[in-house]
Amino acid sequence: MTTLSEAPAETKKPAASGIMAMVRHTQYVLAENPVTAGSFALFVAFLIAAILGPSIVPYDPLASNTMAALQAPSAQHWFGTDQLGRDIFSRVIVATRLDMTIAIASVVLVFILGGFAGIAAGFYGGWTDRIIGRISDTIMAFPLFVLAMGIVAALGNTVTNIVVATAIINFPLYARLARSEANIRREAGFVHAARLSGNSDPRILLCFILPNIMPLMMVQISLTMGYAILNAAGLSFIGLGVRPPTPEWGIMVAEGAAFIVSGEWWIAFFPGVALMLAVFCFNLLGDGLRDIVDPQRRT
Amino acid sequence: MLRTIGRRVATAIPSLIGVIIVTFLLTRVLPGDTASFFAGPAATPQAIAEVRKQLGLDRSLPEQFASYVVNLAKGDLGTSLTTGRPVVTEIAARLPASAELTLLGLFLSLIIAVPLGIVAAVRQGSWIDHTCRIVATAGVSLPVFFTGLIFVYVFYFLLGWSPAPLGRLDVFNSPPPAYTGFYLIDALVVRDFETFRAALSQITLPAITLAVFSLAPIARITRASMLAILAAEFIRTARASGLKSSTIIMTYAFRNAMLPVITTLGMVFSFLLGANVLVEKVFAWPGIGSYAVEALIASDFAPVQGFVLTMAILYVLINLCIDLLYSAIDPRVKVEG
Repeated sequence: MTTLSEAPAETKKPAASGIMAMVRHTQYVLAENPVTAGSFALFVAFLIAAILGPSIVPYDPLASNTMAALQAPSAQHWFGTDQLGRDIFSRVIVATRLDMTIAIASVVLVFILGGFAGIAAGFYGGWTDRIIGRISDTIMAFPLFVLAMGIVAALGNTVTNIVVATAIINFPLYARLARSEANIRREAGFVHAARLSGNSDPRILLCFILPNIMPLMMVQISLTMGYAILNAAGLSFIGLGVRPPTPEWGIMVAEGAAFIVSGEWWIAFFPGVALMLAVFCFNLLGDGLRDIVDPQRRT
Repeated sequence: MLRTIGRRVATAIPSLIGVIIVTFLLTRVLPGDTASFFAGPAATPQAIAEVRKQLGLDRSLPEQFASYVVNLAKGDLGTSLTTGRPVVTEIAARLPASAELTLLGLFLSLIIAVPLGIVAAVRQGSWIDHTCRIVATAGVSLPVFFTGLIFVYVFYFLLGWSPAPLGRLDVFNSPPPAYTGFYLIDALVVRDFETFRAALSQITLPAITLAVFSLAPIARITRASMLAILAAEFIRTARASGLKSSTIIMTYAFRNAMLPVITTLGMVFSFLLGANVLVEKVFAWPGIGSYAVEALIASDFAPVQGFVLTMAILYVLINLCIDLLYSAIDPRVKVEG
C-alpha cells in the first residue's frame, strides 16, 4: 500500500510537463478513499454554485416580495422565503460565491505571508526565526476568534478586514509548518548542491525548498479552508463585515435566529446547512489529502 | 515545587507583554481620526483638538503606550460610550456568567468525550469507534451558533422542554445572593432549590451547545493517545504479568494518555472562549461576549478592547494553569529554563 502511494508522487515530479500526470494523480487520490472522492464531488458542486450561482438561481436574491413573506418550503420556494419574502434557495446559492471568496482570499493571503515567513525563519534561523516565532506566539496567546473580532473592530467593519483578520489568526499555523519543513531541508544535499552551483538564497528558497514543502502546505490549506469559512461566518453572525441585505450564510443564519423561537426554522436552517456542508467538505478533503501526503499523521 | 511554579509563571510574562502591546496597537489603528470619531460627527475642530488632548493622542506613541499601561495597572479600561459606565465594572459584573457557562460546557464535554475516546481506542473498529470518528469530524464542522439555534428549535419550540433562550434566569426568579457569581453554586449555598432548578434549565442548552463544539478535539486526541499508549511495551508487560484489563486501562494507560489531552485543552479553550461569544448571542446570555457584541454593533470601541484584553489575559492564565497541571500529573516534565 505504502509503496503504491509513494509511486505516483515520485513519478509526478519529473513529468512536470504533463497535465496528464496531474489528472492521473488526481484520479489516484480519489480512488484511494471514497470519502475523499465524495467530499471532492461536494467541493466541485460548491465551485459550480460559486461561479454560476447568480445566473442559475430561480429568483433575484435581493428582490423582496412581502406578499410571499415567511412561507415554508414548497415546490415554488424550495427553501421557503424569509421575512421580506426573498427566496432562501436563491440566496443560499448566491451566497456561496461571497463565502468562498472570503475563505479563499484569506487562505491565499496567509499562505503567502505565513509560508514565506516560515520558510525564511526555518532557513535562516537566528534573529529572523526569533522574531517570526515571537509574532506567532503572540498571536497564539489570544483566543483566535476573539482576536479576529478585535482586529475587525479596529481596522474597520468591512469584508476586506474579515479576510485580513482570518489570515492573521491562521498565520502561526502556516509559519510553524513551513518553518519546521524548511528547517529539516536546510542542510539537505540538494540544497548544498544548489548553492554550490551558484544559486542565490532567494532562488534556493523559491525554486528548491518551496516546491518540496508544497504538498504539506496544500493539506494545510484544505484543513484551514473549513476553519476560515466558519470564522468568517461567525464574524458576520455577530454583525461584523458583511451587511444586510447581501446574501451570506452567517448573516442569513443571524437573520433567521429571531424567527426560530416562533417556529420559522427554514430561514436559519438552510444557510446553516450550506455552511456546515462546506466546512465538512473541506475538513474531509483535508483529512483525505493528509492521509495520502503524510500517512504518519493519520489518526 | 514553588520554584517550578515560579518558572512557569515567568514563561507567561512574555505572552502577557505581547498581548498588551497588540491590544494597545489595536486601539491606535482605528480607521480615520480617533479623536474626531470620539468627538462625534458634529464636533468643531476645536472640540476635536480638545478630545485629542484628553485622549492623549497628541503625544508620541511610546508615551501613549506608557500611559496605557499605567491605566491598565490602575484597572482602567476606559468608559463605554453607550452606557457611560467604566468598562472594568461592566466586565467584572458579567464575567461570572460567561465563566459559569464555559466551565459547565467544558465539564460536560470532558465527561462525554474522554470515556468515548477511551472506549473507541480499546474497542478499535467497533461501532463506538466509528461513532467517535463521526462525532469528531462532525463536531468541528458544526458552526456553534447553528447548533445552538437547532437546539432552541427542537427543545424549546417543538418539545417545550427548555425555557425561552433569554438569559440566565426567567423573569419569575430573582438571582441568588452573589457569593461566587455562579448562579448554580450560589443557589445551592443558600439552599434555594427553586432558583437552582430555574438556573439549571436556562444554562443546560447553551452549555450542551458548547459541549458539542468542544467534544470533537477532546475525543479525537483521547482516542489517538490511548491507541499510542496501548501499543506501548509497558502495557504488553502489564498484560503478560496477568493484570486485570480494567487495571491496565484505567491505571496504566489512562494516566499516561491524559497528558496529550491536557495539552490539547489549551487549544480547546481558545475555541471555547471564541464560541462562547456566539453562544451568548444565540441564547441572549448576559456575559462579556454579548457585552462586546452589543458594543461592536454600536461602534463603541472601549468595551471591545477591554473584552479582547480580558479574554487574552484569561487565556494566558488558563494556559499557565494547564502547564502547572501538566507538571503536577507528570513529574517527569522538567521546566526548560
